[in-house]
Amino acid sequence: MNQHFSPGLAGGQNSLRNLPDDRGRFGKFGGRFVAETLMPVIREVESAYLAIKNDAAFHAELDGYLKNYVGRPSALWYAERLTEHLGGAKIYLKREDLNHTGAHKINSCMGQILLARRMGKTRIIAETGAGQHGVATATVCALFGLPCVIYMGATDVERQKPNVFRMKLLGAEVRPVSAGAGTLKDAMNEALRDWVANVDDTYYLIGTAAGPHPFPAMVRDFQCVIGNEARAQLMEAEGRLPDVAIACVGGGSNAIGLFHPFLDEPVRLIGVEAGGHGIDTDKTAASLARGKPGVLHGNLTYLLQNDDGQIQEAHSISAGLDYPGLGPEHSWLFENGRVEYVPIDDDEALEAFQLLCRVEGIIPALESAHALAHVTKLAPTLDRDKIILVNLSGRGDKDIFTVADHTGVTL
Amino acid sequence: MSRIAARFANLKKEGRGALIPFLEAFDPDLETSQAILAGMPAAGADLIEIGMPFTDPMADGPIIQLAGQRGLKAGATLKGTLTMVRRFRETDDRTPIILMGYLNPIVAYGPEVFCQDAAAAGVDGLIAVDLPPEEADLLAPHAAAQGIDIIRLVAPTTDEARLPYVLEGSSGFVYYVSIAGITGTRTASSADLSAAIPRVRKFTDLPIAIGFGIRTPEQAANATEIADAAIVASALIDTLARNLDEDGRALPGTVEIVLDQVRALAEAVRGVRVAA
Repeated sequence: MNQHFSPGLAGGQNSLRNLPDDRGRFGKFGGRFVAETLMPVIREVESAYLAIKNDAAFHAELDGYLKNYVGRPSALWYAERLTEHLGGAKIYLKREDLNHTGAHKINSCMGQILLARRMGKTRIIAETGAGQHGVATATVCALFGLPCVIYMGATDVERQKPNVFRMKLLGAEVRPVSAGAGTLKDAMNEALRDWVANVDDTYYLIGTAAGPHPFPAMVRDFQCVIGNEARAQLMEAEGRLPDVAIACVGGGSNAIGLFHPFLDEPVRLIGVEAGGHGIDTDKTAASLARGKPGVLHGNLTYLLQNDDGQIQEAHSISAGLDYPGLGPEHSWLFENGRVEYVPIDDDEALEAFQLLCRVEGIIPALESAHALAHVTKLAPTLDRDKIILVNLSGRGDKDIFTVADHTGVTL
Repeated sequence: MSRIAARFANLKKEGRGALIPFLEAFDPDLETSQAILAGMPAAGADLIEIGMPFTDPMADGPIIQLAGQRGLKAGATLKGTLTMVRRFRETDDRTPIILMGYLNPIVAYGPEVFCQDAAAAGVDGLIAVDLPPEEADLLAPHAAAQGIDIIRLVAPTTDEARLPYVLEGSSGFVYYVSIAGITGTRTASSADLSAAIPRVRKFTDLPIAIGFGIRTPEQAANATEIADAAIVASALIDTLARNLDEDGRALPGTVEIVLDQVRALAEAVRGVRVAA
């Protein structure tokens, strides 16, 4: 087997897979920009993470839960009808939507809850946008009997009612956050405030590959199971690597989990940002296309902001992409050119959402529909012997009300 | 000698601690906050801390969050905040001014240029809440080049192994965050502070100010007995917020009501004599 199948195993000297450095930096991006009160616990998480990173017993335990509870490995599906419909490259879908709780978020939640238990933490907090990370966090907390508080923007609570109810069923307390626009950014602020006040017993289970070091690296490593599996599955199905791998980017955890195992390979990597109403409007979530580097939520990364460094509200039809920044490793991969980033707007995502429902019988999450929308543009331009690997990061049951609303249907 | 060092040296001679009141720039508008700032020294402020509004103040409770939002709505920018300091310096060249805020507006301004402009405006110290010592190189060299003190935060969670590292690059004074929590929510007990401050004192000769959770004149006086200065923020902002009209605008008496509270705090702090 190839060395890259081991998560966290460093590549060669010129590998793009060796970061972050000791300061938690990916080039100039990343770092640990938090108040002093949090620094000791951040260092504690870092030590705990380094301790389990190459601990066989930890990984055996995690793998057991991923296999028997989450349902891994997730399928790799050759989307034959979508391929025919688009008339170009062969399209493979990595079916993270088939995981327990319906998205890739559970991969990192399972890893982090095992870590939190090892650290002796007895209370879990998390932020959520679309509610997928909140549901996954509430799920693992129920599984291990830990109290769980989920911060969710009030706007998101309104547009993601099914997930709010799911979290409550799972025993979590959902605290709506009405500051700002009441979306993911505000939920993250409030979760950080909770953590500052409860550092002794609380673990903040961050949902994406962003935030202060070690979260971007740790969440990535837990999500690399996506790319590692897809790679092995594609080798088995086609005997070769994909030509292109595509994933949507909000905070960017599903994308970095898919991309990272391919960073040193001749695979074209494309991250799809949420364009919202369009990147030329002020209703967008495309942090790379429209933002500039700055500091928020513990890391230095691309952010949507005005000239005075005030953070701007993001907009996307997809609550999970509705965030004015993204993980620091993406900022680095953007600046060094290894990964291409493209925007897809709300309408294009809606169209791709409906297309996948009709031709493959799969209802994708609106987040994942952004990646699919780019596939619909790219696949027809490529030869039929090319292979596109797409991360179907989540299922779209949670989005049916939003889609109905946007397509003029009353449920 | 910097204004901060000079002020603490004088207070030591007087045998008392310092009162450091806080105001948020442009809260609820430029004129009102400029008037509060201008009135603070006569009301008994020994040093003054000015909050730089930010959209995402992660270490602040609701009271200061709302103050920042009012400030931003009134058009606060870093440039505008520096202009406030410059105007203040036209009539007061001795009271130290410390700006407190979050890093991103400074990054957007450009840390080097910001420190140059801040020094030129008459700023003496900077507190960047989300800049731990691990990341200090982003700002500290530029501040040092301009003679601006970087005031570091020490928290109850900062243990003795970490304290020397945090204090090593501190200057001006040390800001002891008295509770593990956000601003304006809880108050540390006198017993907690009496245990915590000597622990910090072991590692530094700098004056120590206590902040987060000091609301009353009694608490301020108590803090200056245990440490060297008391920082009062949320309690003053709370008073300001209660004295605005329905649309969040200042009333004719707003400035004086806030300054009355500063006077009461100062009177209590000045009533405490510390053995020199």
